[in-house]
Amino acid sequence: MLSIKNLHAAIEGSPILNGINLEIKAGEVHAIMGPNGSGKSTLASVLAGREEYEVTEGSVTFKNKNILELSPEDRAREGIFLAFQYPVEIPGVSSTNFLRTAVNQVREYRGQSPLDAVKFLSLMKEKMKLVEIDQKLLSRALNEGFSGGEKKKNEIFQMAMLEPTLSILDETDSGLDIDALKVVANGVNQLKTKDNATIVVTHYQRLLDYIVPDFVHVLYKGKIVKSGTKDLALELEAKGYDWIKDELSGATV
Amino acid sequence: MSKDNEILEELTSREYEHGWSVDYEADEAPIGLNENIIRWISSKKEEPQWLLDWRLKAFEQWRKMDEPTWANVHYPKIDLQSLRYYSAPKQKSKSKKISDIDPELLKIYERLGISLNEQKRLQGVAVDVVLDSVSVGTTFKDTLSKLGVIFCSFSEAVTEHPDLVKKYLGSVVPATDNYYAALNAAVFSDGSFCYIPKGVRCPMELSTYFRINAANTGQFERTLIVAEDQSYVSYLEGCTAPQRDENQLHAAVVEIYAAKNAEVKYSTVQNWYPGDKNGKGGIYNFVTKRGICAGDNSKISWTQVETGSAVTWKYPSCILKGDNSIGEFYSVAVTNNYQQADTGTKMIHIGKNTRSRIVSKGISAGKSQNSYRGQVQVMKRATNSRNFSQCDSLLMGDQCGAHTFPYIDIQNPTAKVEHEATTSKIGEDQIFYCNQRGISSEDAVALIVNGYAKEVLNQLPMEFAVEAQKLLALTLEGSVG
Ligand SMILES: Nc1ncnc2c1ncn2[C@@H]1O[C@H](COP(=O)(O)OP(=O)(O)OP(=O)(O)O)[C@@H](O)[C@H]1O
Ligand SMILES: [Mg+2]
Repeated sequence: MLSIKNLHAAIEGSPILNGINLEIKAGEVHAIMGPNGSGKSTLASVLAGREEYEVTEGSVTFKNKNILELSPEDRAREGIFLAFQYPVEIPGVSSTNFLRTAVNQVREYRGQSPLDAVKFLSLMKEKMKLVEIDQKLLSRALNEGFSGGEKKKNEIFQMAMLEPTLSILDETDSGLDIDALKVVANGVNQLKTKDNATIVVTHYQRLLDYIVPDFVHVLYKGKIVKSGTKDLALELEAKGYDWIKDELSGATV
Repeated sequence: MSKDNEILEELTSREYEHGWSVDYEADEAPIGLNENIIRWISSKKEEPQWLLDWRLKAFEQWRKMDEPTWANVHYPKIDLQSLRYYSAPKQKSKSKKISDIDPELLKIYERLGISLNEQKRLQGVAVDVVLDSVSVGTTFKDTLSKLGVIFCSFSEAVTEHPDLVKKYLGSVVPATDNYYAALNAAVFSDGSFCYIPKGVRCPMELSTYFRINAANTGQFERTLIVAEDQSYVSYLEGCTAPQRDENQLHAAVVEIYAAKNAEVKYSTVQNWYPGDKNGKGGIYNFVTKRGICAGDNSKISWTQVETGSAVTWKYPSCILKGDNSIGEFYSVAVTNNYQQADTGTKMIHIGKNTRSRIVSKGISAGKSQNSYRGQVQVMKRATNSRNFSQCDSLLMGDQCGAHTFPYIDIQNPTAKVEHEATTSKIGEDQIFYCNQRGISSEDAVALIVNGYAKEVLNQLPMEFAVEAQKLLALTLEGSVG
């Protein structure tokens, strides 16, 4: 589904991603871990098409399309969803209005007719249950004054509404209390099908108890330096990153 | 950075959609401004002597006045002698009934999307249409007159209701109030008149649609609204003009009189031609609007959505004379390319327990300059008066300017005046967030801007809120890469 080959990206001339290779197939869950500043959010942004990041080398294909050529909105319409590490606030715009615009533009791109108000609202109701989000929150302006946890929950709610093929969750677990974490993980799991895939960026093994990954990758200095199964996350939890850094410097010296 | 610049470039690509003009036979005054022209206009309109005298007195005073320069707007000096002060489409019939209007003129309005056919009209909206210097027709007159509501062109009011006009004309905006108001008093050609008798709640929106068509002609209209005790009216004005390389002057005056317990809601959707992307052409919109809450418990509410004009100079104001009276000002002003707007309000608290509320939302894009100028004045007698002002500026790109000039003058210690101001930028973060959900950048800007202006747009009558939203989006269309 997603194939990243030798991806290099820079911002304002300074390289951040230094040759990422990653293959993701339908039905898989991949966890990406790594120390602060290693480039996890950058990778997510590059996949979503943020223009500040310049792709200097490599390729990314998604469902056999070169997505590097697509605008951010077209990538979204193709089915890439990013749950932001820091969701932005849009004052005065209700979540309902925002999502209705989003859902209908995605539908238009896919050649589907727009949802009328009744259908849209019933879709909202259905998805609200899935992520146990309060209706009151959705009638407020998008993310404005939302607590950290509420913002994260709202990201997953949007994901549920848009039914993406590839979801990238950038530290969605940070800032969630234990109950909310379970709810969010439960929502993500329910949205999982054999046809879609998920990338979970996290610092904590705990989330991976709920969203069980097929693969775990460690990103360090803009490169995937180690890949493994769920056990790798447990090992990282126990030992931190130093042993990987040591291994690396041992290998290069 | 680079994205911002792209935003700006794209922004300039929008075409003004009402920029066409049509040819029709016109009755025109000779070019120039002097006493004879004023006499010419007055006699053309078959006005009574008192009105001619009133005009001439205003002109006399005007000649001693200087053009104001305090506003934060810059434009070459206007050669008032090179303008024409009257141009009217020749009409075969004198009747102001829509059914008698020249079909050619009706077509102009059809093209603007304003159907004057009463059957096709939005239910519950009566319209007076002013083309260049004269009113060409008013809809729903019969329905309104059954209630005693007078809604007609200013000229017609002078003939049909001279006592009312005489009583209120210049009572809120004196003939010599300021440079442009005095000029208007001298040469005004038409406008709308509206009178709501005691105890009547006007059952439909009243609206005037102004259209400048003729070249090189100034438009000077006057609107006078009188709301008697316990009455209510909601009034809306809209306007467009052809796209021309020369600047055109529009200097209107609006006066509102609200008696005891009366309420007047005045909404404007201003879409005069703003000039091209290089700042060539466009309307100079120098307007004086003022209402007086003369009676106790009266209320005047101004709502404006300003998207057009090359230069705007406009401060719809309220004189809160009656005790417990309320003044409101809700404004969204969008400037793009080289547009300049200096707009705001004055709230003059005279009566006890008077309240005013100011909500101003500026949006600047391109190389435009957008200023809020507001004055809150609390006089000695105005115990327990309250004012709340919220002035927000939203910037798109880094080549435009937003300025706030609040003036506060309090002479009564019991007054409570609050002022809040914010400046924000449409963030790339916000646009990207929308993009990531599948929303195009253009729609993202429309969403963000409409969200930002929501408090003001909510004040508009329903039918027009939708129009205004579209207009905001259109003004900023192409604003992102
Ligand atoms: N706009 C920018 N300008 C300059 N440097 C940037 C910019 N954005 C990211 N960086 C740098 O790129 C590196 C990678 O950042 P990124 O946000 O991708 O890290 P991360 O792995 O997501 O970290 P965290 O775990 O703290 O979220 C960091 O050193 C960061 O400072
Ligand atoms: Mg990050």
